[in-house]
Amino acid sequence: MPELNLVQAINQALAQEMERDERVVVLGEDVGLNGGVFRVTEGLQAKFGRERVVDTPLAESGIIGTSIGLAMAGMRPVPEIQFEGFLGPAYDQLVNHAARFRTRTRGAITIPMTVRVPVGGGIHAPELHSDSPEAIYSHSPGLKVLMPSTPYDAKGMLLAAIRDPDPCIFFEPKRVYRSFKEEVPEGDYEVPIGQAKVVSEGDDITVVTWGATVFQCLAAMDELPDDVSVELIDLRTIYPMDTDTITESVRKTGRCVVVHEAPRTAGMGAEIATVIQEACFLHLEAPVQRVTGFDTVMPYYKLELEYLPESPRIVQAVRECLAY
Amino acid sequence: MPKKTVYKATIEHIQILDEDGKLDASLAKNTLTDEEVAFLFEQMVIWRHLDEVAFKLQRSGRMGTYPQNKGQEAAALGSGFAAKKGTDFLVPCYRENAALFLHGLAPHMILLHWMGDERGNQIPDNVNCTPISIPIGTQMLHATGIAWAYKIRKEPRCVVTYFGDGATSEGDFHEAMNFASTLEVPCVFFCQNNQWAISVPREVQMASETVAQKALAYGMPGVQVDGNDMFAVFKATRDALDRARKGGGPTFIEAVTYRLADHTTADDAKRYRDVKEVEAWTKKDPIIRHRKFLESKGLWSDKKHAEVEAKAKKIVDEIIKTAEGIEKPSPADIFNFTFAEIPEQLRIQRDTMRTNSLGQDPSQTGLKPEHAHTR
Repeated sequence: MPELNLVQAINQALAQEMERDERVVVLGEDVGLNGGVFRVTEGLQAKFGRERVVDTPLAESGIIGTSIGLAMAGMRPVPEIQFEGFLGPAYDQLVNHAARFRTRTRGAITIPMTVRVPVGGGIHAPELHSDSPEAIYSHSPGLKVLMPSTPYDAKGMLLAAIRDPDPCIFFEPKRVYRSFKEEVPEGDYEVPIGQAKVVSEGDDITVVTWGATVFQCLAAMDELPDDVSVELIDLRTIYPMDTDTITESVRKTGRCVVVHEAPRTAGMGAEIATVIQEACFLHLEAPVQRVTGFDTVMPYYKLELEYLPESPRIVQAVRECLAY
Repeated sequence: MPKKTVYKATIEHIQILDEDGKLDASLAKNTLTDEEVAFLFEQMVIWRHLDEVAFKLQRSGRMGTYPQNKGQEAAALGSGFAAKKGTDFLVPCYRENAALFLHGLAPHMILLHWMGDERGNQIPDNVNCTPISIPIGTQMLHATGIAWAYKIRKEPRCVVTYFGDGATSEGDFHEAMNFASTLEVPCVFFCQNNQWAISVPREVQMASETVAQKALAYGMPGVQVDGNDMFAVFKATRDALDRARKGGGPTFIEAVTYRLADHTTADDAKRYRDVKEVEAWTKKDPIIRHRKFLESKGLWSDKKHAEVEAKAKKIVDEIIKTAEGIEKPSPADIFNFTFAEIPEQLRIQRDTMRTNSLGQDPSQTGLKPEHAHTR
């Protein structure tokens, strides 16, 4: 089985789905001839032509707004927003239109669209190229929010998202775009939306995370004593959340640490901690811990590693939670 | 009722100094003096050198992503020189560094920004500009607001805002144009049409023949100038500022220029841009024509050029020394500028960021302080 990195896996998923379903169109800034600034759409325009892989004008609201129209008219648009920091102008179209059409038309109009967005910090990028806005969109009913961390999941989840009848935001953690390769089946497969993955099984403590911080958590696990048995969960889909996998794990371990790059206040960690106390209160041995970004603007890159939850902070949280 | 024409318009293109350094003397009247051209050309040489060194700094890992200004210096300098330093206000994007330097911004601050340090944006009170703006096509609304305030307070001041051809596709651009013209604010919209928005050429970006004509839909004068010609850029900008200062409202200037380098150091324009096109524009490089002009006036020579290049090297070395000599900011700075007064919960995050996982309340943790980890 060929080994692919995250970029290659997403590229393969897009190519295969465009081959399979002629309704699929890819659009965005620089996605055509240039193959996207991260080369995720490389070669697609050469293969599928300018009608289906479209370099749009530089306008994020325009990209998402017209994607909504394309979707209404029976296409399957896969727009790209170049960086998560540029989602701002598209917010109105995403939240006030894409997310609401099914509800406000009582199902008469639906928006099957998958918005691909590189996300997160850690690559020394300029301002507004390093944020983690997944909670904002998870808090916007009507949107599905995905964030795979591995090439295998990325391909399977992207195929699931494009085929999903509702609007999905597909966040791609850019810090791990090319950090490693793994075996990715060449054939068609889906990784279902809304299913978390147990990365490693354990009995003492549950760690819940997603995106690039999965790898910070794995690094932290290496630093913990051998007799600490961690169950690491990669949430993969932020909304709808696989609460069963989380609560089953916490009922077993009695302890949980949630790790994310986004700011702490009203971040997804708050939601997960609440789900746990609602469903597993009597199983808890310790309060749920959060290791997150701070309630600040994402700093420029000189200080970004001070902001991101790197392994020392995760180790500390795990030890505190275990010692409780 | 017969059909009739209800609107008709033309867009002028102004060129005063052609690419061979030949000046149209009648158009050049009351523009730049020879001495001013010599001064601005020296600036051009210095800031071109800084731009090239900045590229190398990125390549050697001493600076993050950097967008080169190469080729667009005449547009920046001609327009920046037309604006009154200390009175008018510049609202830039990120490809007009030389204009900011003319208005007193310390050049190392631009490097500091791209070195991932917010202090590069900490503009001193006596410099009239906003910092580099990253989200494309958004800052023109701020420029309009600043100009609006000048109008409300009846101050004889103007704003010049910079953006690229790609920025005119953003909704905010159109909102800014409409606000500015309906409110008749003293703002000059200076579009550096450098032909490319990363990989997207102007003709894919828009179906209109010129960028300047977009102004007409907003009832605003629009003019196109050769953006590599400081005379034309200066004249158009000065005329627009004169008009704005007299209460005549905003003007749109399209400066036709070319991005001679990649979009940023993270880009590779060879993937999407014909080398021949770059070669053709290299011949129109503002450095070539302004030098030829000054040589024809006996104001420049090989010797003089060598002197200026040596001076540029010295100045740029100093700028880099200053930028690199600035120590990494304190991690507390991540927090300290979030609000005028730090909220209590944020203060706790700041004060415990190195000793706390930002998780459990300290009173709830099972760990004793000696276990507290430090980074």
